[in-house]
Amino acid sequence: MKLNGAQLTIKLLEQQGITRIAGIPGGASLPLYDALFASDIQHVLTRHEQGAGFIAQGMARVTGKPAVCLASSGPGATNLLTAVADAHLDSIPLIAITGQVAQHLIGTDAFQEVDTFGLMLPITKHNFLVRSATELLEVVPEAFQIACSGRAGPVAIDIPKDVQLEVVDVNQWPLPMTPQAKPDPTAVELEQLRAMIGAAQRPVLMVGGGVVHSNCHRELLQMAESQDLPAVSTFMGLGVVPSDHPLHLGMLGMHGARFTNMILEECDLLIGAGVRFDDRATGKVSGFCPRANIIHIDIDASELGKIKRPSLAIRADIGSTITRYLQQAQPMRRPNWLERVAFLKQRFPLVCSAIGSDVNEEDPFSPYGLLKLLSRTVGDAATIVTDVGQHQMWAAQAFPFRRPRQWISSGGLGTMGFGMPAAIGAALAQPERPVVCISGDGSIMMNIQELDTAAEHSLNIKIVVMNNNNLGLVRQQQSLFYGGRLNATQNKQRLSFAAIAEAMGASGCDLGMSDDPIADLANALQTPGPCLIDVPIAENAMVFPMVPPGAANKNMINEVEEA
Amino acid sequence: MNALTKLDKRAQSVLELKVRNHPGVMSHVCGLLARRAYNMEGIICLPMKDVRYSAIWLLVNEDARLEQVIQQLRKLRDVLDVERHGVEHRVFTQLKSLFS
Repeated sequence: MKLNGAQLTIKLLEQQGITRIAGIPGGASLPLYDALFASDIQHVLTRHEQGAGFIAQGMARVTGKPAVCLASSGPGATNLLTAVADAHLDSIPLIAITGQVAQHLIGTDAFQEVDTFGLMLPITKHNFLVRSATELLEVVPEAFQIACSGRAGPVAIDIPKDVQLEVVDVNQWPLPMTPQAKPDPTAVELEQLRAMIGAAQRPVLMVGGGVVHSNCHRELLQMAESQDLPAVSTFMGLGVVPSDHPLHLGMLGMHGARFTNMILEECDLLIGAGVRFDDRATGKVSGFCPRANIIHIDIDASELGKIKRPSLAIRADIGSTITRYLQQAQPMRRPNWLERVAFLKQRFPLVCSAIGSDVNEEDPFSPYGLLKLLSRTVGDAATIVTDVGQHQMWAAQAFPFRRPRQWISSGGLGTMGFGMPAAIGAALAQPERPVVCISGDGSIMMNIQELDTAAEHSLNIKIVVMNNNNLGLVRQQQSLFYGGRLNATQNKQRLSFAAIAEAMGASGCDLGMSDDPIADLANALQTPGPCLIDVPIAENAMVFPMVPPGAANKNMINEVEEA
Repeated sequence: MNALTKLDKRAQSVLELKVRNHPGVMSHVCGLLARRAYNMEGIICLPMKDVRYSAIWLLVNEDARLEQVIQQLRKLRDVLDVERHGVEHRVFTQLKSLFS
């Protein structure tokens, strides 16, 4: 079978089960697009390559399967970088394919030539510069295998145009890849795990994104219940333990509730499950869980001991570890500890009000009130995507997540502009689920062009913009830690997001103009197709509690002290 | 190259890597150390007898992060093996005579 490199690439993607690619064509990817023309793969044309990267991420984040984005050389490739780096920090399986100038032009500063290999290198799990069409037979399946084996992550494939055009005779197709076998814990490690959990008086589980990736939330919950283990969640682990579960302690760290961080102060054993002890979670590391022994279970050996030196490190798949643990676990009851946890929870709850906003929790113009109304209207089936900023932290704190992959947000890189395109990806991959993109006036502007993409595909996405006309989280830090010298955080213009949405073919709703905001919000959320809902909120609203950057988690400040 | 003259004075290690011999592998190894802000005092890379593989020797300072860097090196797709030697490893000591 004679094929050129581009046709070969697309064929190999089909073999991997890819049915949809997001991207933008350009000179160096024309052969790939010609091959796509003859393929059943749906191409989603975006308005910016970063949008393509985040659409692919949205697909990957809701399904757990690798997704593909495609860009041309030069600016196409550099525009993808942010989305690739974002996938790297959150361990998302992403395949970024870029066209490159022909090999005889590489190194000549040719038109739209950039060192994509060099640029992708530090932000991918692995990356390839393909030098012949035959190599594609190995590279493409290998890229998929790398992306979803062990700790998932992005893989970039740079394909020069002459490789795309090189005709080869393919007689034997590689098998579609399967992920490599997951590492299991040893019997000795399991024994130590049992002994430490058994001996602990005040244990806490710390649940991270690794649990989501390992798809073992049921087992984890079973373990927590059988061993009386209260569970804190990292940002990436939200949804694993249902928010209304008695053992759920909410998100820890910089914007965790007071009781959450206080319980961690008191615990004598912390079991980190698929976590990486990110600085936003731990605060000052030396002050994190000061009384606790640490058990760290992770599939990535290099995470063990990177930040916190554990008493017990288990390099294994978290699902396999828990399943094996449960096979021989005797139920354990810890009434005193659970009573203490319940007391702290009740005494120091998350205070769902914010400075400058009404504490009335039914108020759609207060951040928490809006979240409450949203959760009530859309239910658990909806995927909640956010951008980055105050709205994201409020959502992480207060939205009642009840299933893994319900919460889609940029954690490690914290990329403003993530929300809109990631919501598109989520809606494309799971059309049966409504998607709510919670955004801010700062973030939405960073990829608002993708509203046009959402409208083109009539996707069922509701974009809720918490609009304080400010870069709120920066403003908050300037208010609290820089003497109130507010600089470069306010948008001097007041633009109409609803009008922008309508200009792009979506529906728009300005809740600030509404006579019955609660009813209009509900209506807008029920409107089919993409709809942007602009919700004015107070510009001095802040996210509390807050651990000052660099401080220990116990030194949270809350609004009562500041107001 | 002061690194070699200082060889005996500072706590250093020699890492021996077996890597797949293809363009890009040096970038991955050097890029990783740069990205993790880990200083490299010396590097030698040569194809092995089986030319599908190359050996890379890295002369690195020993500090608390060395173990982490070794773990990260082990994760690289094209790095097949990482071995840690003492600083007396002859690959660098024998080269010393070439540097004035």
